[in-house]
Order: sequence, then C-alpha cells, then structure tokens
Amino acid sequence: MENKNLFAETALRISGVNPKKCMKCGKCSGTCPNYDRMEYHPHQFVSMVEHGEIEKLMQSDSIYECLSCMACVERCPRGVEPGKLVEAVRLMQIRMQGQDRKGPRDIPEFADENVPQQLLMAAMRKYRK
Amino acid sequence: MIYSYYPGCTLKDRAKRLDACARASAAALGMELKELPQWQCCGAVYPQASDEIASRLSAVRALMNAEEGRLVTMCSACHHVIKRTNYDWNQDEHFRVSAENYMKETYDGSTKVMHFLEVLRDEIGFAELAKKVVNPLKGRKIGAFYGCMVLRPGKELAFDDPENPKIMEDFLRALGAEPVKYAYRNECCGAYVALEDKSAAQAQVDRALHSAISAGAQELVTACPLCRYNLVENAVGEALPVKYFTELLAEALGLEVA
Repeated sequence: MENKNLFAETALRISGVNPKKCMKCGKCSGTCPNYDRMEYHPHQFVSMVEHGEIEKLMQSDSIYECLSCMACVERCPRGVEPGKLVEAVRLMQIRMQGQDRKGPRDIPEFADENVPQQLLMAAMRKYRK
Repeated sequence: MIYSYYPGCTLKDRAKRLDACARASAAALGMELKELPQWQCCGAVYPQASDEIASRLSAVRALMNAEEGRLVTMCSACHHVIKRTNYDWNQDEHFRVSAENYMKETYDGSTKVMHFLEVLRDEIGFAELAKKVVNPLKGRKIGAFYGCMVLRPGKELAFDDPENPKIMEDFLRALGAEPVKYAYRNECCGAYVALEDKSAAQAQVDRALHSAISAGAQELVTACPLCRYNLVENAVGEALPVKYFTELLAEALGLEVA
C-alpha cells in the first residue's frame, strides 16, 4: 500500500497532470494514432493513475507504444495531457536499476544504413536511463 | 544579417542535404547561418517530466550561446526540444532554478527560437522569397507533411495553427509549386517506435501516403529527418518521393548543391 501511494504521488508530481480534470470524453484515445497496439489506452492511463494503479501500467508494453506525438496533449478539451502521464510512468519504470528497455548494444540489430541519428538518440532517451 | 544556427546531429550525417541546401539558400537570400561554435545534441525528444533537468541542459546552452537574440533550427526535433526548453526557462521557475545549479553563467531567457521556415515567412517574407525564385516548381503537386514536432503543443510551439497549418503550403506556393492539402499532414509518422516495431510506423505512413495520394500529391516535403525516414523506408504499399523543404528551396532558387 505504501508503494502504491508513493508511485501514484510520483506519477502525479513528475507529470504535473491532474487526472481529476478528465471528463471521460475519450477524445485522447479517439485521436491516438497507436491506439490499436496499446494494452492500456490513453484514457485508461488517466483513469488508472487517478486510482493509483501505476504498477500495472509500468509493467505494460503500452508505455513504449506511445509515439509522443502530442495529439492527445493538444486535443484534450480539458487540458489533461494524457501523454505526459505515459511519459511519467515510463520514466518511473526505466529509472529503476536494471530496467532499461534497450541499450546501445541492441542498436545494430535494429538499425539499417539509412536510420537517422535522431531516431537512435530518441530511442535511447525513451528506453533507458 | 547573421543568424545563429543549430544544425543538430542528424544534419551532420544522414540529413546532410537538409543542412547543405539550407546554407546555400540562406546565402542566396542574403543571410548567413552561423553555426554555433559548440553545440551538443538536443536529445532528440523533449523530456516531458518536470524533474528531468539535466536532459534539457544542452538546449539551454544552445539558447545562451545564440548571437543577436535569435537561434535558427532546421530539424523538427531540435526545434521542438529547444523551443520547449526555452518556454520552460521563462515559465517554470522550478526548472530554471534547478538548471541554474548546473551552470556557471545564467541565461537571460531572451533568445527567440526560429525554425528556418519561420525565418522565411516572418523575416524574409514569402512574397519576397517568391521574387527570388528563378526556377519555379511549376506544375509540381506537392503535399506538405508536417508531422508532430513543429506543431504540438500549439501553445508552446506557436508555429502555426496546429490543426490546420498553412506555412508549408504558403512556402510551396512561393516556390511556384501547387500545394496539395490532405487530411493526415499533421499526424505522426510512427516516430522512434519504428526502431522496435516497424509495423507501427508502416501503419502510420501508409495512412498518410494514401491520404496524400488520394488528394493528388505527387511528392511530399518535410522538415523532419525521422518523418522522411519513415515515409520512405516504411512505405509498404503506395509510395511518394519525399524531399526536405530546403532541397525544394535550393532548387527553386536555381542553386546546385552537392
């Protein structure tokens, strides 16, 4: 229980998001380009963080499926900014010892000769600390 | 006129044409893009958490070192990171004070971050640009792919209307081309997720290409190396040639850029 509260508090603090502002319209998930691939959709992030269910989100691949395209952030009629919650939960996961999703050694397997540095840099920022 | 310029990592390697065509075009338009003497990678993605301080420092250093109060960016991602960091510096006291703890000198917050497209629109003017065109792109039906990074969040980027942008269409018109508007021009290309899951990028790109082709586009233009990569390398069905906006600019100005 202590952990649960600490996790919830951390997610709220580092994201700066107030999930209580959400009016459950679903527009964030409606506009999410990667909705189909996510186990938990943007509107569920908002609701689950509100209810302190952070660990489930941390364990889900959904935190790596967010494209950080800011569509939900821009289009939320209440300014809730769900994408910031996804980012906060992802950071909480990869900041833990040994929890890097990927590291530099994994790059050659994925990179082709045209891959821009921008992509590799972005991936390293998103997948590891 | 001197404009401090932040090229970013990709423009030194995979996106050399974006950089070379920009420099040649700027010179032809009577302005100098003066590369910051020392710059570090912007980090490619903006760290959205309020306690991410160190990962925003390279952007602060770039902002501090800009001359004459302006910093020009070319890559959508660099622009996004540096512009938002500048916004944070001026709006978020917690970030500013925390960042200052790392720094010997402070930054006064006054640098204006300008994407090169904004320089062309606001400082040179598209009407003036049109007069400098010697090789108009007549009859070319070109769709602008904005992607995400230059537009959103609209409040911070203040680049154009994030849902109905027109700066690239106006730019194309100035070059003599026929801009093609299509629905998915301000949607995501699949971004960095392409590294892990190509199919995610393929789905995004396929939808964007289909939308552009249905509207009559015969080629696409972008400011972002990652959008270009995904639009070209992750096109699975329909395909279009994709150029950087500076390549079209140099072409219309009649410049041969190696």
